[in-house]
Amino acid sequence: MIFWQLFLVYLKIGIFGFGGGYAMLTLIQSDVVEKYEWITLQEFTDIVAISQMTPGPIGINSATYIGYRAVYNAGYPEGIAILGSCMTTFAVCLHSFLLVLLISYYYSRFKNNKYVAAAFMGLRPATVGLIAAAALLLMNRENFIDYKSFLIFGAAFILTWKFKIHPILMIFIAGISGLVLYW
Amino acid sequence: MYWTLFMTFLRIGAFTIGGGYAMLPLIQREVVDRGWIAKDEFIDLFAVAQSLPGIFAVNISIFTGYRLKGIPGSIVCALGTILPSFLIILAIALFFTQFQDNPWVQKIFKGLRPAVVALIAVPCITTARSIKLSGKTIIIPIVAALLIWQTIVSPVWVIIVAAAGGLIYGLYLKK
Repeated sequence: MIFWQLFLVYLKIGIFGFGGGYAMLTLIQSDVVEKYEWITLQEFTDIVAISQMTPGPIGINSATYIGYRAVYNAGYPEGIAILGSCMTTFAVCLHSFLLVLLISYYYSRFKNNKYVAAAFMGLRPATVGLIAAAALLLMNRENFIDYKSFLIFGAAFILTWKFKIHPILMIFIAGISGLVLYW
Repeated sequence: MYWTLFMTFLRIGAFTIGGGYAMLPLIQREVVDRGWIAKDEFIDLFAVAQSLPGIFAVNISIFTGYRLKGIPGSIVCALGTILPSFLIILAIALFFTQFQDNPWVQKIFKGLRPAVVALIAVPCITTARSIKLSGKTIIIPIVAALLIWQTIVSPVWVIIVAAAGGLIYGLYLKK
């Protein structure tokens, strides 16, 4: 049962995943945390942090991790949980194969398609909203526990925006700040 | 050839931290500089892969694989891209359960969580700027974000309505 649900949810996340990894986070959060409660919001934030530090797209990283945790949290042994992560990773990529095959046949027609171009006039501003929603959803009591959290957020924001610090370096700095501030 | 394709995309998957667009220069070097795909064609593939839903790096690897060796090629390239992150995250998932209650790890993650929010907020602003939102169009992301944040509508509906709105505006109203 949980395997089938995981498959459907990640298939959906893949199909509606316009606008890259950060926009996809909102889709993941809405089903995985909000609707099915497979993992907590805090766990979800931790996965995003881990994804930033490890190679590969955030979509794959989170699918693999959540597939494992959802099955494991449901009470299955680790071996079965690994199957869960295979299932979600497969599901999030499946539609890509079908789309690429389809488009390769109609490639010349798709390339400068006026319908695609028109749809993206609406999709592009909407993905900005999706990314903003991901940030807003994570701005809650679980992740912002005291004034120190706001301090870290403010510093990280300025360092990333104004000083263009690389996300990996930012994660390291934030981790060390956590150790020092919560000593 | 399959082995070369697999190893090439394995390298791309293993060495790019930060997702799809960070992979691009690497993919271009491996695929275009080897003469597998002409530069113009690669730029076209990039544009199409960008407008497809899903994971960009996976889309572009499937495209390249299919271009070169058909369906088996696309599977080999996708596997190469996916495998490094899959194995690394699986290892972390297996061991993180044992570490997450460690007080040191908890302190580190207390610091990480607010920073993650900042790491998402910044690309939101830069994307908003790069697509040149005007005084009127800026309402679209604001309304979308508020509706999703307050869990009034699912993000899937926001995407469907946005695409439909774009189609109606682009094909009928703009003229």
